[in-house]
Amino acid sequence: MEGEERMSGTAINECEPSITRGLWALTYRELKKWLKDPVMLVMFVIQPLIWMGLLGKSMNIQGLFSVGNLANNLNIPNIQIPGSLTTPPFNGTIIIPGALLAQQLQQMLPKIGDKIMLNTFGVTDYFSYMAIGMVSMIVMTTTMFSGMSIVWDRRLGFLDKVISTPVSRGAIIFAKVLNATFRAMFQALVILALAYLLGLKLSSTFTLLNVLGILAAILLVSIGLSSIFIAFSIRSTRMERPMQFVSLITLPLMFASNTFFPTSMMPDFIQAIARVNPLTYLTDAIRQLTILQLDASALIIDFIYLGVFAAVLGAIGVVLSWRYLTK
Amino acid sequence: MIKAENLTKIFNKSLVAVDHINFSVLEGEIYGFLGPNGAGKTTTINMLITVLKPTEGTASVLGYDVVKQANEVRKVIGVVPQEYTADEDLTGYENIMLCADLYGVPRDIAKKRALELLELVELTEFKDKRVETYSGGMRRRLELACGLINRPKVLFLDEPTLGLDVQTRAATWEYIRRLKKEYGMTLFMTTHYLEEADALCDRIAIIDHGKIIVTGTPSELKDSVGGDIITIAIKEDANVTDIIKTVENVKEVQKENGAYRIKVVKGEVTAPLIIEALRKKGFTVTRLSLTEPTLNEVYLEYTGRAIRDTEESKESFRAQRITLWRARRG
Repeated sequence: MEGEERMSGTAINECEPSITRGLWALTYRELKKWLKDPVMLVMFVIQPLIWMGLLGKSMNIQGLFSVGNLANNLNIPNIQIPGSLTTPPFNGTIIIPGALLAQQLQQMLPKIGDKIMLNTFGVTDYFSYMAIGMVSMIVMTTTMFSGMSIVWDRRLGFLDKVISTPVSRGAIIFAKVLNATFRAMFQALVILALAYLLGLKLSSTFTLLNVLGILAAILLVSIGLSSIFIAFSIRSTRMERPMQFVSLITLPLMFASNTFFPTSMMPDFIQAIARVNPLTYLTDAIRQLTILQLDASALIIDFIYLGVFAAVLGAIGVVLSWRYLTK
Repeated sequence: MIKAENLTKIFNKSLVAVDHINFSVLEGEIYGFLGPNGAGKTTTINMLITVLKPTEGTASVLGYDVVKQANEVRKVIGVVPQEYTADEDLTGYENIMLCADLYGVPRDIAKKRALELLELVELTEFKDKRVETYSGGMRRRLELACGLINRPKVLFLDEPTLGLDVQTRAATWEYIRRLKKEYGMTLFMTTHYLEEADALCDRIAIIDHGKIIVTGTPSELKDSVGGDIITIAIKEDANVTDIIKTVENVKEVQKENGAYRIKVVKGEVTAPLIIEALRKKGFTVTRLSLTEPTLNEVYLEYTGRAIRDTEESKESFRAQRITLWRARRG
């Protein structure tokens, strides 16, 4: 105690605020708060689980093409072809029995079905396809909701206290972004693991290294989305506004993308939205890394877009928040 | 230590919260801003602690400009805000360490100091309990401890006893005095409790509608409204007004219902002198009372009304309500 007094006696103050320490302290605080509330944690996992279980399993698109779907009421009449129409023409009629046709069709249908599924979804089962969409969705909502905590920080005066300390303004914002990213990553991995247990089929190109790729993609999306969302939340005095904003934006982002259905089958105007929707690229990147046969060029395009998205929105968000904090 | 020149804050280009105020705070003193809610006290503090930028004018803390050298200012000050800003989900100890990290206090020093501060505000026993479980007084003490983790040269206290009951308030004053004695810093505080300003402050500025109306020590201010009032009665039936008027420090004498109401400066010194003067002339004082004016009278005198409760901005009102609500629990 006495030694310390002497030591600090000469300098005006021994404080050496550093960005990394401030950043870590603030992020650690958020994570601690998060871990101390296991109920919320479980709820955040249960919600997508319900989606996955109900929507993913009930929308049995694959089943549309199953034999059972045609089975008994397939009543194909006999086909008669007059001999005069054939080359060379002959007298008489060719009769193809309907029963034979039906039998043939029934044999071909599953193959046609698989082909259609493959062409549309890239995989033969819809559950795998939509489970990955669910991962994207959880990344988006978690990211947005975590940014919202800044409204409370502001209302309770915590934010004012923090900005009266010499901690870097950037650290205040980045702590929120990092917190959102950590949460999104964690929950995405939980959902992926659960989906795997529920029957998600991984492709042959999947390796554990791909998980790093998935995390990288989530990192980029989280940076972009949370910074812009924090910039928005920091200006609202009440929780309702950002909440409303989240519910307003999640549905369009979710459906105007490949989260649940391929964009190629959508009308042009939705395709246009999907083309700039970061969720499209995130979902595709994760699919490439998990259930699809890895297409390197597609993956690179995904990452380039996500990188640009993170850089641009991150920059805008940080500038806007910074401005608010130093006003 | 603190110097403000023409310090002004205008919100939304129309609401003048602080209006060209000038003041300076000397080293080692407790300087208080006294005024009703919405007078501009918190806005002034927020400008001094670099949370708000002044619209006009300048201010400096320890010679550092609050705008141009904001980061230097932040390093040497401690802040105890009006609201309870500690994180409810964390423990008291974790909260103090968080503050230490934000100030960049070296880890080993911070740990030692955190325990020492917790001891000083008597929270050692509760240091590993979540702040959620703390009472209002405990939260306030924790805020005090947090504000001191960087050994500030100047400590800012915004309404340090808002929402606390009388006993807790007195105890909090005691903690503030103790901390000041221990660390010898300069204190700048705001309050709308007259007793608080009277009990703690070396000098007071009365602020209303964003303007400083008068400054001085509590006793100077009290003297300025006419000083103490001595009421005496004498055994003899005679008019002694002229005799009393010859005594030093006596300003005004009125005879009311056989008693004399005397306005004096420094009543406790003057009262014996009056008795002495009367005794010399052969009069006997049978009754004497001495009333000191309170800041209440001072406040009335200068603002023309008693401390009023006006509504501040919606947001601060809400924050205040949350603070009050928490203070009242437990």
